[in-house]
Amino acid sequence: MSTSRLIAASELHNSAQRDSNARVTRWMLIYIVVALALAAMSLLVGTSSLRTSLEWLRSPASISEAVLWNIRLPRALGAWLAGALLGLGGAIAQNLFRNPLAEPYLLGSASGAALGVTVCLMAADVSLSGLAWMGELGVTGAAFVGAAAGITLTLTLCRGVVQTASLLLAGVVVAFLLSAITSLLLLRSPDTWRAMQSFLLGTTGFLGWRSAGLLAFVFVIGLIPAVLLSRGLDTLTLGEDTARSLGLPIGALRVGLLALLSLATAAAVSQAGIVGFVGLVAPHLVRESVHVNSRQLIIAAPLCGGVLLQAADLASRWIIRPSELPVGIVTACLGGAYLVVLLWRRAQRE
Amino acid sequence: MNSVLQARAPATPVLSAHDITVCFGPRTVLDSLSLDITAACWTSIIGPNGCGKSTLLKTLAGLIDPQGGTVALEGRPLNAWPGRERAKRVAWLPQSTMASDLTVRDCVALGRFPYTGWLGNTRFADEEAIARALKATGAAEWSARRVSTLSGGERQRVSLARLLAVEASILLLDEPTTHLDPPHQIDIASILRQQAHRRGGIIVSAIHDMSVALMADRVIVMGPRSLVGHGTVSEALEGDWLSRAFGTEISIVRSGASYVWQPRLPG
Repeated sequence: MSTSRLIAASELHNSAQRDSNARVTRWMLIYIVVALALAAMSLLVGTSSLRTSLEWLRSPASISEAVLWNIRLPRALGAWLAGALLGLGGAIAQNLFRNPLAEPYLLGSASGAALGVTVCLMAADVSLSGLAWMGELGVTGAAFVGAAAGITLTLTLCRGVVQTASLLLAGVVVAFLLSAITSLLLLRSPDTWRAMQSFLLGTTGFLGWRSAGLLAFVFVIGLIPAVLLSRGLDTLTLGEDTARSLGLPIGALRVGLLALLSLATAAAVSQAGIVGFVGLVAPHLVRESVHVNSRQLIIAAPLCGGVLLQAADLASRWIIRPSELPVGIVTACLGGAYLVVLLWRRAQRE
Repeated sequence: MNSVLQARAPATPVLSAHDITVCFGPRTVLDSLSLDITAACWTSIIGPNGCGKSTLLKTLAGLIDPQGGTVALEGRPLNAWPGRERAKRVAWLPQSTMASDLTVRDCVALGRFPYTGWLGNTRFADEEAIARALKATGAAEWSARRVSTLSGGERQRVSLARLLAVEASILLLDEPTTHLDPPHQIDIASILRQQAHRRGGIIVSAIHDMSVALMADRVIVMGPRSLVGHGTVSEALEGDWLSRAFGTEISIVRSGASYVWQPRLPG
């Protein structure tokens, strides 16, 4: 084939590629604009009335500044970041395990975090020295350590990262085991159980500037390597042996992606508790609206996840204002409803 | 004239297996098998089900480390090659195709991974290789479609295009014609022959359809666990290697330029 014809063919293809890329970029912009709009709205919604909030915005005073800039803004930002980390984790998990039902909590991170927090709260309850020790580590640190321990246990059980199926199975086993231990501990101390409820249901209520800073840091150091590794995820869709035959170092790729998945999930869980469905639904929403390759999904799923959790946070504050719902309940309702719609649409197509 | 063709006479083996033994648990699949692959031609591996054709191909591709013996590529042990350097020279096609959600073109472009690496930025040479592979397999017309929307036969061609896009000197193919109707099997066979004769590639394929397999230049005939013979098609037929490999009489008749297997019910 002559070179000119080759180039003509590739030109034709490139224009189709450009169209598809433009569509993806448009969706990413939409997610960003919606996130900004939601952030603006979340400045107005809270225990004060809408009118008071608007007045605060127009004529700043010390009290209004404290509420708007030190409570509502970091909360909106933190919700976006936690959702984005869950979206990132979901995109990595679904691509790595090549399973559309994979989600960031699969490897036992959520149940590990819950156990960590339970132990932390109980220790604080039991003794003063425990309180001092736990104060250093904090609930956040305990959740992080717990999540990391859960994932490590899963990886130890299946002896590495070689087999996808056994990895998932080990994750399920660890999740059940750690949840059982948590339940057992909570049964013995009803006070801790009450305190644990908001964590187990997921909450954006405790997100301050410190949490937002931590989440932002983890998001940046998680997203960049994930984008760089995304070509490997594309190659994995051809099957593991084919990917290896192309010279892809599968073992190193898995270890890297699992580390990123664990880091993103542990950070999100430690700040916002166990918020369900965001990590599962965000990559699906992206794929349903536009065809993406792995790199585009790795960038778009966090943008979508951020918007989802931000919206859920806003709804949780709005529905029964001036009181608020745990955000996990809202994401569960919205996410569950979305998955049912997805199921119906699939059934209709077939 | 291609350099591989010129180098045919003083044949130093490009890919050679020496005494390789592969076991899966207690089962020995390959038992001290030795094999040199030298010439730029198309070689078929023929043998009964479960005799280790796929295992042999995977071992030659460096996907299985044999328990005993070594496989050498250009005189250097296969597992001593850096992954992507090995991948530039040896390409492998699996038996089953994956339903990827990528477009056909993106999927074929993954064949350039050994050259483009992690960032995947294609240069002009990569674009040319991708376009050539799409053209050779007739997959160019669907290049913007998703692989998951294609039929089984179309996917098979996309996989083949992905393999050709590597532009490796050695192509190892495991059942490239399964799920294809006879005319499409012939299409694939002629692509393989073209790659061997015009581009000077070394093609080794396992194809269970005997008539298609015998369109190759040479055959590797395997019995259970061991090699029956490695030579030209006429050598194999004269020596009746096929009957020995399958443990039953296999009758091949000549029809024009090709060989046809004549199935016969006993009694």
